[in-house]
Amino acid sequence: MDWQYMIEVLPFYKTALWLTVKLAAIGILFATIVGLICSSIQYFKVKVLDKLVQVYLEIARNTPLLIQLFFLYFGLPKVGITLSSEMCAIIGLTFLGGSYMAEAFRAGMEAVSKSQVESGKALGLSSFQLVRYVIFPQTFSYSVPAYGANCIFLIKETSVFSGIAILELTNTTKNLMGIYYKTNEALFMLVIGYLIILLPISLFLMWLERRVRYAEFGR
Amino acid sequence: MTPILEINGLVKKYGDRVVLNGIDLHVEQGKVIAILGPSGCGKSTFLRCINGLEEVQGGEIIFEGEDLTKTSKWREVRQKIGMVFQSYDLFPNMTVMENILLSPLKVQKRKREEVELQAMELLDRVGLADRANAYPRELSGGQKQRIAIVRALCTNPKIMLFDEVTASLDPEMVREVLEVIAQLAKQGMTMLIVTHEMNFAELVADEVVFMDKGKIHERAPAKEFFANPKTQRAQQFINILNF
Amino acid sequence: MLNSGVSVLFEGINFLRLLEGLFQTLRIALIAIVISVVLGIIIGMIRTTKNKWIQFPFKLYLELFRIIPILVWLLVIYYIVPVNFNVELSADTVALIVFSLWGTAELSNIVRGAIISLPKHQVESSLALGLSKFQMYRYVLLPQAAKRSIPPMINLITRMIKTTALLTMIGVVEVIKVGQQIIQLYNTQHPTVAFWIYGIIFFFYFCICFPLSRISRRLERKWAA
Repeated sequence: MDWQYMIEVLPFYKTALWLTVKLAAIGILFATIVGLICSSIQYFKVKVLDKLVQVYLEIARNTPLLIQLFFLYFGLPKVGITLSSEMCAIIGLTFLGGSYMAEAFRAGMEAVSKSQVESGKALGLSSFQLVRYVIFPQTFSYSVPAYGANCIFLIKETSVFSGIAILELTNTTKNLMGIYYKTNEALFMLVIGYLIILLPISLFLMWLERRVRYAEFGR
Repeated sequence: MTPILEINGLVKKYGDRVVLNGIDLHVEQGKVIAILGPSGCGKSTFLRCINGLEEVQGGEIIFEGEDLTKTSKWREVRQKIGMVFQSYDLFPNMTVMENILLSPLKVQKRKREEVELQAMELLDRVGLADRANAYPRELSGGQKQRIAIVRALCTNPKIMLFDEVTASLDPEMVREVLEVIAQLAKQGMTMLIVTHEMNFAELVADEVVFMDKGKIHERAPAKEFFANPKTQRAQQFINILNF
Repeated sequence: MLNSGVSVLFEGINFLRLLEGLFQTLRIALIAIVISVVLGIIIGMIRTTKNKWIQFPFKLYLELFRIIPILVWLLVIYYIVPVNFNVELSADTVALIVFSLWGTAELSNIVRGAIISLPKHQVESSLALGLSKFQMYRYVLLPQAAKRSIPPMINLITRMIKTTALLTMIGVVEVIKVGQQIIQLYNTQHPTVAFWIYGIIFFFYFCICFPLSRISRRLERKWAA
């Protein structure tokens, strides 16, 4: 193992790591928002919209991210819509992630017992107030494992961005291997890179799950 | 005196199955009516129609001059018709006080100091003033149910609906809840109580309504009903319970 | 303008070549799945022991595939093995190895989860009837565990098929590569061809994965314990 080499290329990895985290964070944020909206639409069975949401969910979950990205990055410019690679990455991650989040939240919302919702209604709460004060707080504790798993999944999916020329961890590694041929070192640092991001998150999630289960609201 | 709540010919169906087959009931202000009947006779459904948790297919519910079956303003109606459920259903993510304050503050938009004062006073009356900051999971079933009643009372309803509120409780806790309801009765609250507690019904209710298979079979002043049930079905029902 | 691209799909054997590429992909996935199922069931059963010394290496194995992206695994095996162990590996072989390892890890987890989730009294009543451990597994536990395993298994298969898209990045000639070759050929004459080629590939994946998802969900509902 050429440690000298690894130290030399460390700056590249730092930039790549930072970019990976940045794109993943933005993607997760937007995916969460999309997920919340979609699961609410499904829960309240909003006419027309809920069918659209279902179509969206099926498409997003049954196609690979790479194809979604290629379509956005290579296909769309041909019909006049040109997006930067970062935009494509974020849109792709949001599109895919939103469907996973919607599923996680939907299960959580349905886990809230019907009589809780009725009690809220009997007190005169509006739909919005019901979601805000009664349903979502309880959804949160139920959905934490699924939400966490989705976050980890989305972070891993950023490796796919290497297909559309974004210099995140995987792409940086490939380029470096192409230039210097130090494949062992480069791949070693790549794996470490992902471990640095995902191990802490994994552990945090395990802790969070345990804490939330312990505080299991009077059930 | 015009009744505070008038129900005429109420019909409710689930698909083709008729659950309520023309219910007529006039409720006068300040009266306590116990609704009794075998399981599946429709008494809970009946209660839930009154505050709009179930849709009706026929008949009218007249409250404060308006026919509720045609209203879209359920949120306002529900502030005036309070309901307590069998599963008490305190919101687990909030403390007792937060549970009680939720509707008055967020729905009725009242001032916090005023509502807190009322809440503490009510909690005191049910003997739970010291638990204002506890979470539901720290309380017993009887305590939770009493707080559910306080929560419903804090919206200043004109009528209170009770749906088998002691059915999920351990026997030792049934009494503390019934005492609260008896207290309310004495203070003149108009109440419709669906219950299996016969002795309680006899003591606290002004009138008893006996339902079976979606219809009202008998309605009589409480003492009279238990001493001398007129219909055969009612007689069978009471005899079964006097095991 | 847009329409000029569609015709490419119908020209010559283009469509056929795309399907061929798709078939290539599915072939790899299928073999990997078969291997994964066989090994996964065995390892899954092994992992139901309470022995920490056995649990640990397998758990580690699973976590490695959980945390490290599959693309990274593909690159690792593709580059590290030939360089360090002097073995020549075709891209297809690398794909098969990685997918089999991945599938086995996940499937062993699914099988283990299914066995553990069975109510304890099933085991106890079987033993009380005098069944041997082997008989208990064969007649009582495995049939029920199978029902609980199949929906997540189908889910894994769907995910695997989606992941085959990544194989293009290590040079496997699958549907995307073929598509890109076609695009290169026709790009000057039909500028919008990229839109249509990627569009149809998108559609292909959907057509394969969507029915699988539906089946999985229906089975789940039907067998809901």
